[in-house]
Amino acid sequence: MVYSADYIIQQLVNGLGLGSVYALIAIGYTLVYGILRLINFAHGDLLMIGSYAAMAFTLNLLLPFPVAILLSIAVTVMIGLVVERAAYRPLRSKPEETTLVTSFAVSILIQNLATMILSPQPRSFQVPSYLSNMVEVGNIDFSVMNIAIIGLSALLLIALTLFIKKTKLGIAMRATAENMNASVLMGVNINSIVRTAFIIGAGLAAVAGVMNAGRYGRIEPMMGFVPGLKAFVAAVIGGIGSLPGAAIGGLILGFGEILFVGFLPPELSAYKDAFVFLALIVVLLIKPTGIFGKAEDRRV
Amino acid sequence: MNKPLELKPSQTRSRLSGMRSKPALAIYAGVLILLLIVANFTLNDYYLRLVNLVGINIILVVSLNLTNGYTGIFSLGHAGFMAVGAYTTALLTYPLARKPLLFPQMPAWLQQIELPFVVAMLIGGVLAVICSFLIGFSVLKLRGHYLAVSTMGFMVIINVLASNLTDFTRGKSGISGLPKVSNIWWVYAIVAITIYFVWRLLHSSYGRAMLAIREDDLAAEAMGVKVVRHKMFAFASGAFFAAIGGSLYGHLITSINPSMFSYSMTFNLVLMLVIGGSGTISGAVLGSILVTLIPELLLNKLERGVELFGVQLPQMYGISQVLMSAALIITIILRPKGLLGK
Repeated sequence: MVYSADYIIQQLVNGLGLGSVYALIAIGYTLVYGILRLINFAHGDLLMIGSYAAMAFTLNLLLPFPVAILLSIAVTVMIGLVVERAAYRPLRSKPEETTLVTSFAVSILIQNLATMILSPQPRSFQVPSYLSNMVEVGNIDFSVMNIAIIGLSALLLIALTLFIKKTKLGIAMRATAENMNASVLMGVNINSIVRTAFIIGAGLAAVAGVMNAGRYGRIEPMMGFVPGLKAFVAAVIGGIGSLPGAAIGGLILGFGEILFVGFLPPELSAYKDAFVFLALIVVLLIKPTGIFGKAEDRRV
Repeated sequence: MNKPLELKPSQTRSRLSGMRSKPALAIYAGVLILLLIVANFTLNDYYLRLVNLVGINIILVVSLNLTNGYTGIFSLGHAGFMAVGAYTTALLTYPLARKPLLFPQMPAWLQQIELPFVVAMLIGGVLAVICSFLIGFSVLKLRGHYLAVSTMGFMVIINVLASNLTDFTRGKSGISGLPKVSNIWWVYAIVAITIYFVWRLLHSSYGRAMLAIREDDLAAEAMGVKVVRHKMFAFASGAFFAAIGGSLYGHLITSINPSMFSYSMTFNLVLMLVIGGSGTISGAVLGSILVTLIPELLLNKLERGVELFGVQLPQMYGISQVLMSAALIITIILRPKGLLGK
């Protein structure tokens, strides 16, 4: 089958948009994992909280969209911090399987609480008209939203990189990820580091949630779980614990998914979730540390 | 006056194996069988189904314990193996008369097969074991989180296959009208076999090697334990019983669809194991009983809205999962080893 150049460019931009969303979610996983060795399954559900909050602020309070996004980030961060304090902090020194089960439980708890309070019915999610328009460049139509998603994600990634590299808190975060005990001895306040990681992760998840909701136009209580899992796969592919890894992994996954849906025969596109996890298993076998990850020593 | 503490042979045995003496065990078993007979003839269909569900969950959780509790392989793929068993058995036992109608695209040889339940169930178990070898040889090298997530990946892959291989599985709508084979005798005979198998395994050299791997796989390997082989064995036996449990489950509900063998099933099984106490048979059994019965008998009423102390509570769809997952988090924080864990 022959595809026109326009179609290919359009699909690439779509892949970039989807990949940016995955990258933003994957960063939340990677930050928390780097510091706590905790896979926070509930991270995906923060997407849902973010998008419901944004919808409530725009529809019920009639706030402008950017303000609603900022407020929804605040709400999501609050919930992320509550989860950290209530469920994860008491288990900080426990084996990783224990924390994994806990985060799974937190995820189910949030999903069902949302189902209970917000009703299981999906709702439509409307973005302002200036975002849902299309712009035409040459012969190709781009959705403004996709471009906004890509731009905003790039901006956030650059800001985050600067924060991690240059600020005192960022340096302390990297030190803690490297060696928690040594950083405690150097006077790093672990609790504030963990809180920072959860604040950044939840904030980015809220943004990604709104983006995701905008892309699909509808939201429901279970909407965050599967994108969350996929973003986790992205983080592992890039090398969990590494920021550029999360970004690259997210983009790989985004492009891969669009490739599946846009270029392969339609019978195959239903299998795309299976291929995401097949990719995960293959990556773990060939290079368990991912593209940018560092190997950890094991001693008896 | 320091008389050395003397132990009778029966006492030493009970200390070693953690089981009571044989006559006591026989009495327990007798009482249990009697209770099951009484249950079978007095309970109505709904409660009988619950009793069977408890039994099936015991099979699933006791076998999940082989990997997650004893060997330290934290698998989240049990539901995937259940699906393999359930679908295989369903396809092989489906009545010939209705088969071509339901599966018009299916190859002719499969359309003309109708096997007895036991044979089909065993074939399902063997298929699950083959799957566990395929997935295990690649995944069991991994540890901790990575292992957990890749086994979950296996579950997702099976789920996607079940939703899309419509010629065989009828996709998301699933297969209904299975013969209702699972009854109290089938279920509890297999419960007994499962528990006996796991108990014997634990007290064999295989079991001790598995425990050694759980405590420290590097140290176990240094002591000469063949880590991969033992992990594989635990994983494959777990898969076999998961498939059997899945077959019984399908033939109890009499219909199957992909979403039955998905995240929520995985989560429920882990919930039962962790609440009861992973690494013990009694914990797995207690967990299965509690986590099956409490939501079904108490919490479902809350979901529909119930009058409590004269106050009419509203319908709260989802509250049972909310309370159960909260219970899990609290259990992990307060009793990390579960209710009966050592």
